[in-house]
Amino acid sequence: MSAEDILSDSAGSTSGDRFVEISYDDVIPNNVALGSDKQLQRALEGWRPKYLDWWSGMGPVGYQQSEVYLRTAVGVDPAGWAKFGYVKMPTYRWGILLAPKVEGRTIPFGRHKGEPAWQEVPGEHRALLRRLIVVQGDTEPASVEQQRFLGATAPSLYDMRNLFQVNVEEGRHLWAMVYLLVKYFGKDGREEAQALLERQSGQMDNPRILGAFNERTPDWLSFFMFTFFTDRDGKMQLAALAESGFDPLSRTCRFMLTEEAHHMFVGETGVQRTIEATCAAMVKAGVKEPNDVEAARQLGIVDLPLLQRKLNFHASVTRDLFGADISSNAAEAFSSGIKGRFNEGNLKGDDHLLQDATYPVTRVVDGRLVVEEAPALRALNARLLDDFIVDCQGGIDRWNKSVEKAGVAFKFVQPHKGFNRRIGEFAGKRISPAGEVLTEEQWAAKSGDWLPNDDDMRFIRSLMKPCHEPGKYATWIAPPRVGVNNQPGDFEYVKIA
Amino acid sequence: MIAATEAGLVRQHLIDPEICIRCNTCESTCPVGAISHDARNYVVDANICNLCMACVPPCPTGSIDNWRAMPPARAYSVEAQFGWDVLPAELSADDLALAGAAAEASLADAPPPVSPDALGKAEFDASAYAAVVPPWSAERAIANLYGPKAAARSVSATVVGNVRVTDVGKDYDTHHIVLDFGSMTFPVLEGQSIGIVPPGVGADGRPHFPRQYSVASPRNGERPGYNNVSLTVKRVLEDHQGRPVRGVASNYLCDLKVGDKVEATGPFGLSFLMPNHPQSAIVMICTGTGSAPMRAMTEWRRRLRKSGKFDGGKLMLFFGARTKEELPYFGPLLNLPKDFIDINFAFSRRQGEPKRYVQDAMRERAADLAPLIADPDAYFYVCGLKAMEEGVVTALRDIATKAGLDWETHGQALKRDGRLHLETY
Repeated sequence: MSAEDILSDSAGSTSGDRFVEISYDDVIPNNVALGSDKQLQRALEGWRPKYLDWWSGMGPVGYQQSEVYLRTAVGVDPAGWAKFGYVKMPTYRWGILLAPKVEGRTIPFGRHKGEPAWQEVPGEHRALLRRLIVVQGDTEPASVEQQRFLGATAPSLYDMRNLFQVNVEEGRHLWAMVYLLVKYFGKDGREEAQALLERQSGQMDNPRILGAFNERTPDWLSFFMFTFFTDRDGKMQLAALAESGFDPLSRTCRFMLTEEAHHMFVGETGVQRTIEATCAAMVKAGVKEPNDVEAARQLGIVDLPLLQRKLNFHASVTRDLFGADISSNAAEAFSSGIKGRFNEGNLKGDDHLLQDATYPVTRVVDGRLVVEEAPALRALNARLLDDFIVDCQGGIDRWNKSVEKAGVAFKFVQPHKGFNRRIGEFAGKRISPAGEVLTEEQWAAKSGDWLPNDDDMRFIRSLMKPCHEPGKYATWIAPPRVGVNNQPGDFEYVKIA
Repeated sequence: MIAATEAGLVRQHLIDPEICIRCNTCESTCPVGAISHDARNYVVDANICNLCMACVPPCPTGSIDNWRAMPPARAYSVEAQFGWDVLPAELSADDLALAGAAAEASLADAPPPVSPDALGKAEFDASAYAAVVPPWSAERAIANLYGPKAAARSVSATVVGNVRVTDVGKDYDTHHIVLDFGSMTFPVLEGQSIGIVPPGVGADGRPHFPRQYSVASPRNGERPGYNNVSLTVKRVLEDHQGRPVRGVASNYLCDLKVGDKVEATGPFGLSFLMPNHPQSAIVMICTGTGSAPMRAMTEWRRRLRKSGKFDGGKLMLFFGARTKEELPYFGPLLNLPKDFIDINFAFSRRQGEPKRYVQDAMRERAADLAPLIADPDAYFYVCGLKAMEEGVVTALRDIATKAGLDWETHGQALKRDGRLHLETY
């Protein structure tokens, strides 16, 4: 062993840009060196009490004093971003965390392609960038508001914990967007940050910006479908913004994506577990016919045709979030390097400029569906929607696998892109899930078979009974295969105060 | 670490396709680009994965945390994994024996894969107790400064020392190699590892992938105050059936001359780190070149103690080899003061003596180990061939149980609190 001894206490504690320490002492945990920007720090410290007011007024109803087993991100490196422990929600450490800076990053697409990524907002794109950040930011508190009554009917403590985890992380995503607004957009940004707390989901006078975020999330099936479909829209939008030439936005969205993954996990496995409970009960009771709704409902489970109708509803409402299929705003956001395509950095065999490229877009012409080649630049929303539909299909295939495994003859299918749409090429058109163009009469006769009807909603409401005993689950949902952070089956995820 | 293809069973990292939701978090987290996907599955390339665990905590589903002990030749390819609907079952002891990996002669100084009492049970999964977080008082580690996803793919280092650290013998030849990084930053902590890129291309015409080695030197350098690290490298000359095979990276390293340049990647590893807390005890269990991180930790504590800045903090070492001649650093180890470190050797091939493995030595010291299992300030480190994992963790379980401690409670605490670290290959 070595003969010489020179000691220094600080050896090994070198810090680099990749590992900026979180300032635990500050009121707002962050890895953006908030302490060195007094003006920004004061602005955020001023916003924080208003945020906490919003949380107590519009956040989850009840359980605010319960100890919830939550995951808190205290750093962006793998060791730091999943700290598990019991937390009372109002004391959750909402912070500002950005993915590590990639040195030498260049803008990956658009007319600025190859130029160094912007560290400040370029003046010419200021308005468009601000709008994108506000729209993204608006969805985060909206979903918390939509889900605020669900705690009371949680089918287990495990599910209740997952709901609250989703809620606090949506809250953190709001913080992330507010940071960008306040730091980079001056007075306008501060006003927008305030307005994000003033709009309310479903309120007539001052609603949230996007339609789907003004719908209610009245029951747990809706919550699971919402986190599967609508949070996946969030994933697609964040992934497109993570490609942005505006580096702080890109880094913010990259870190948010890791949390968004958890939300989709909650949705996909929530529906999956519902399917498992349904199939197991049907097999046990000898119910062979999946369309024998009465027999299934008597077993206290959600019949598969009803799940298909919920799927149809949430898939179609979420698709409207992608906006007009043909959009000059989308073209401008791309050309100016602000919002890319899904997976832009890994797309091969294209120039990332799209000046001459085309993209197939489906529209209704003379009562028939036709596919037309549209300029690719203007069809970016259509393309992101198509990527979304493909992404959804993976999860639906896994649901079908578990139906098949149970030996039940039923298959979930995604409705046609044009089904039940209010925005885009299909707005105002009547199209069946199978993709046939219908008359208004045909639609009226059948829509109750395709979308949840009053009877369905009454039945779902009757199922939504709380189950708050550790390790126990409501009849209609199976326990998870793996506990959160590998905790045992009877773990008390929420200590109800 | 010795490269997966050069020694023993590989510990193959796999993703459970039934539980995975294809969220891409692991792929975007992996610092070395080992994870990829097709339309169906997310998969891990065993040739690239360095078991750094960076992907484990961020996974929302727990599907990421699956491991299989495999003979290198049978490691699941990326293509095979793309085709899965479910994870394949663990290979049985018979399968492993058939593949030659469990044949006793091939396991060198490692204990048998599973101790007899554990065989009675369906399955004892040692990795279920392995921590993925560092000790709370560990120094903050820096990782992945150089690699496929970093700004620079590799960094050049100069060989400033290459000495043999085992006695001369034909079956074993272990070298202590010192690399200097000059003015390039390469901060490492004890327990971290670095990658070495062998020059040239393999039989498939592609550049060699980097092989990982644990650093054997403490945080302030092999020579204190210098920007250098040391590695412990065993020359690989034959495979498990005794057929001659020259390990690409180990022979390259062992043959290096002072002044030669090598390309390095890393540093890697954010959990196998030592506690800084002055009262913390460290139990080190290793075989062969698994001694590298133990040497690093011991040397750091020795330097602290010599400076007078460190008093308590018990050190215990369990070190296994076939014979004493094969033990790297045998001489220097014997010179350490007894009140500083409690050393226990286990030799499996000493003439005229029964075989003795590290877990046998541990069972003999049960009276001293049991209180440490219950002590929140005691940390356990295991490094060596994969096959020792089950034996060592089973021994810990038995020691705890005999002392009246509930193993599930204490075993889970070891995992949760970053107190049991396994680094096997």
